[in-house]
Amino acid sequence: MPESDVALLVEPDEKADNSSAHTRQYVSFIAGNSSYAVDIMSVREIKGWTEVTNLPNQPDYVRGVLNLRGAVLPIIDLKCRLGEGLTEPTDRHVIVIVAIGARQVGLVADAVSDILNVTDDEVKPVPDSHGGVDTDVFKGFVTKTEQMVAMLDLSKVLNSSVVELNTAVPETNKIDADSRS
Amino acid sequence: MNDFEQFRQTFFEECDELLQKFEEVASRLTPGMDDLDELNDMFRSVHSIKAGAGAFKLDRLVNYAHKLENVMDQLRSGELTLQADDPDLIVQAGDVLHVLVERARAGEEADAGVEDEVLSALEVMSRGGAEPVETAAESDAGSPETEGELAVSDFKITFRPLRAMYETANEPQLLIAALKELGELECDIKIDEMPPLANINPLDGFITWTLVLRGCDSIGDIEEIFEFVEGDCELSITPFGQPEASTFTADIEEGAAVDVSEQTTATLASETTKPNASNTSNTSGGAPAKSMGSIRVDLDRVDRLVDMVGELVIAQAMALEGLSEQIGLQNVNQLQALEDLTMRTRELQEGVMAIRMQPIKTLFSRFPRIVRDLAKKLDKSVRLELDGELTEVDKTIIEELSDPLTHMIRNCLDHGLETPDERESAGKPTEGVVTLSAEQRNGRILIKVADDGRGLNTEKVLKRAIERGIVSEDDNLTKEEIEALIFQPGFSTASAVSDVSGRGVGMDVVRRNIQKLGGRVTVDSEMGKGSCITLALPLTLAVLDGMLVGVAQEKFVIPLSSILETVCPEPQSIRKMPDGGSVVSLRGEAIRLIDLTKTLNLSRNGQPEPLRKLVVIVENEVGRQVGIIVDEMLGQQQVVIKSLETNFHAIKGVAGTAILGDGRVRLILDIDGLAESNRSPSGAKQPPLDIAIGDE
Repeated sequence: MPESDVALLVEPDEKADNSSAHTRQYVSFIAGNSSYAVDIMSVREIKGWTEVTNLPNQPDYVRGVLNLRGAVLPIIDLKCRLGEGLTEPTDRHVIVIVAIGARQVGLVADAVSDILNVTDDEVKPVPDSHGGVDTDVFKGFVTKTEQMVAMLDLSKVLNSSVVELNTAVPETNKIDADSRS
Repeated sequence: MNDFEQFRQTFFEECDELLQKFEEVASRLTPGMDDLDELNDMFRSVHSIKAGAGAFKLDRLVNYAHKLENVMDQLRSGELTLQADDPDLIVQAGDVLHVLVERARAGEEADAGVEDEVLSALEVMSRGGAEPVETAAESDAGSPETEGELAVSDFKITFRPLRAMYETANEPQLLIAALKELGELECDIKIDEMPPLANINPLDGFITWTLVLRGCDSIGDIEEIFEFVEGDCELSITPFGQPEASTFTADIEEGAAVDVSEQTTATLASETTKPNASNTSNTSGGAPAKSMGSIRVDLDRVDRLVDMVGELVIAQAMALEGLSEQIGLQNVNQLQALEDLTMRTRELQEGVMAIRMQPIKTLFSRFPRIVRDLAKKLDKSVRLELDGELTEVDKTIIEELSDPLTHMIRNCLDHGLETPDERESAGKPTEGVVTLSAEQRNGRILIKVADDGRGLNTEKVLKRAIERGIVSEDDNLTKEEIEALIFQPGFSTASAVSDVSGRGVGMDVVRRNIQKLGGRVTVDSEMGKGSCITLALPLTLAVLDGMLVGVAQEKFVIPLSSILETVCPEPQSIRKMPDGGSVVSLRGEAIRLIDLTKTLNLSRNGQPEPLRKLVVIVENEVGRQVGIIVDEMLGQQQVVIKSLETNFHAIKGVAGTAILGDGRVRLILDIDGLAESNRSPSGAKQPPLDIAIGDE
């Protein structure tokens, strides 16, 4: 497995903010038919698809959990999360490991495409939607090389129910609970 | 600033250990005891606290410790012997010391006068021993800080730093300067051991000082100066003008060898004889305990290490698997390097696990004291016997065991043991015996608390349980089942609630605490003969003993500690219930079944269900049995537990995750959660997708 890992090393001085006050770097990737991008600083690692362990009674887009060098990470099917149906993962699919706050989460993507340098004013706001779909998972759009890339707001990608559940379950040491029963 | 705080913290942590040691020995003291090792231990504890406290300018603590130290010093020198009430006074003195340390830790001033009573009692005690007790080997020269001292004021000191002393960056000049403070100092340097410059090894020590100190009234002050270099130098301190026999002092503990042979002033300079040197090394070799160093490490760091090694073992197993896929198992087995790697990894894992282990002595040592105090309070005569103190247990377990064990011991004394009169009329020795033992068996730690008291009165227990509505009158309970009732919440048979035990938070709390650690509690009792409560605990919390089961192409881990048995019931002994669930009849009992494919929403993907169902009977937290239907048992396995909440959130019925040897994550089932979601099948449905918009 490690050979399929593509580690992204982010040099500290590569911090976009230093070079120009408004330029940031984003990693863009394809999931389904669309392109998405996340802030490069939140990307921890990109690795090839491996089998995950299913979690019971979770939304479809929660593919399961994965062992990443001892950490157990949830894997989110981005395509499914954004309403485009389940991904049929193959060996060519990748998992983009991102940090959301203190958590690490894997996003399933078809392929990583590019690293984009984007100035803040290139990011166009999301138009008001008329549907009930949660458009706030997008921070905005950028059009680069003829492609419209949606900037993901990672904190919204984990469904709000998930996030709420997180706060609803305080540190009740569930681990202890298991050994106790 | 931060450094200072850190030192402060370290000091108080050390104080805890020292106090514990002090109390441990103190509680063993008996009148007339003269075990030099023990007394030395106590002296050293107080001395170290005093020294540390001095560094932090905790004057009151220093003052008190100093006085206590003096008494301890008299005791160990044999100048005082313990009289009838003295052991209690020493215990009390330890308590006061504890209070002062605690106050200092909190940065507060202790209540005025807390130490006064003890101090005056100590003074009386120390005066009581003013007429020296004549023991052949111990002379007054060893305890110089006390009155009744021979008027010695001149000392001859020969001092030869060894290489080790220079290596630890100790500067002889500073020591000599410190000596000069004590009185008039004559200094003579002997350099005839110095090799020619060409051959000199600059790291070695060649110089011997012969110092004559006049006007110093205490050998202790001199020893104090050399305290930090003891063992790293050859040192002899001889008082002048004394009869030869009496110069032998008992101060071997200080590591500073005290020269036996008396020398006259005239031969001072020339006498750093070889026999003297060998003598020195022998004596300082007598105190090797000091070199058995230990360091303090954050438990977090150790845990990280344990974790990492766990990963390493898994990674190593995965590498092995991958490799054997490529070149074949046969060839892999021939790779010596790989075999070495495997072995080293295992050793590393064992070694790292051992860091967390501590002898249970650290926990047991506080009980003699508790028993002694309590026995006095209850007017009972009790002997506590400890066994298996060196059994090593995970540090976290030791910490978590403290409260339950204390409670159990109290129970034993309060309820278990009879009063001396009752015992006598029952034909037992008046002294009750409580045994606390620990042993390692079958990969678990067994801790037993046994007494030879009255035992559980099953009739009384049953009556109480019925009163409390815990069981009904027509439940036919076996003796074991009745005994187990004492673990039910709100159960307490003590007729009167005492401040010792019987506050209604009894054995159920003990049981809950033990279960939290993955252990079990069992009780075994015989009326009139006594009772024995056994705690069976896992060796460590870092790994969990689990049973790997397969259901519908998925694998799950069931904590082994909760599994009672596995059965393969006849199809006709399983019955459907109107609510869609099912029960199995097992030895006449109806047990609720949990179908994992339903509660966990698993799909069989068209695979047929196995014809005969396997049922794992597990016990949940409140002791109720449920059966979990599985397809196959895949074997027992130790797993490293990982929380699901670190990166995700808790899921009902899942207690956590485990990473198995193949690197895959498996879910550890939470029996209680499963039973609950089984009860309300609708709740087990997939939660609706929450499509909340907005930042709240």
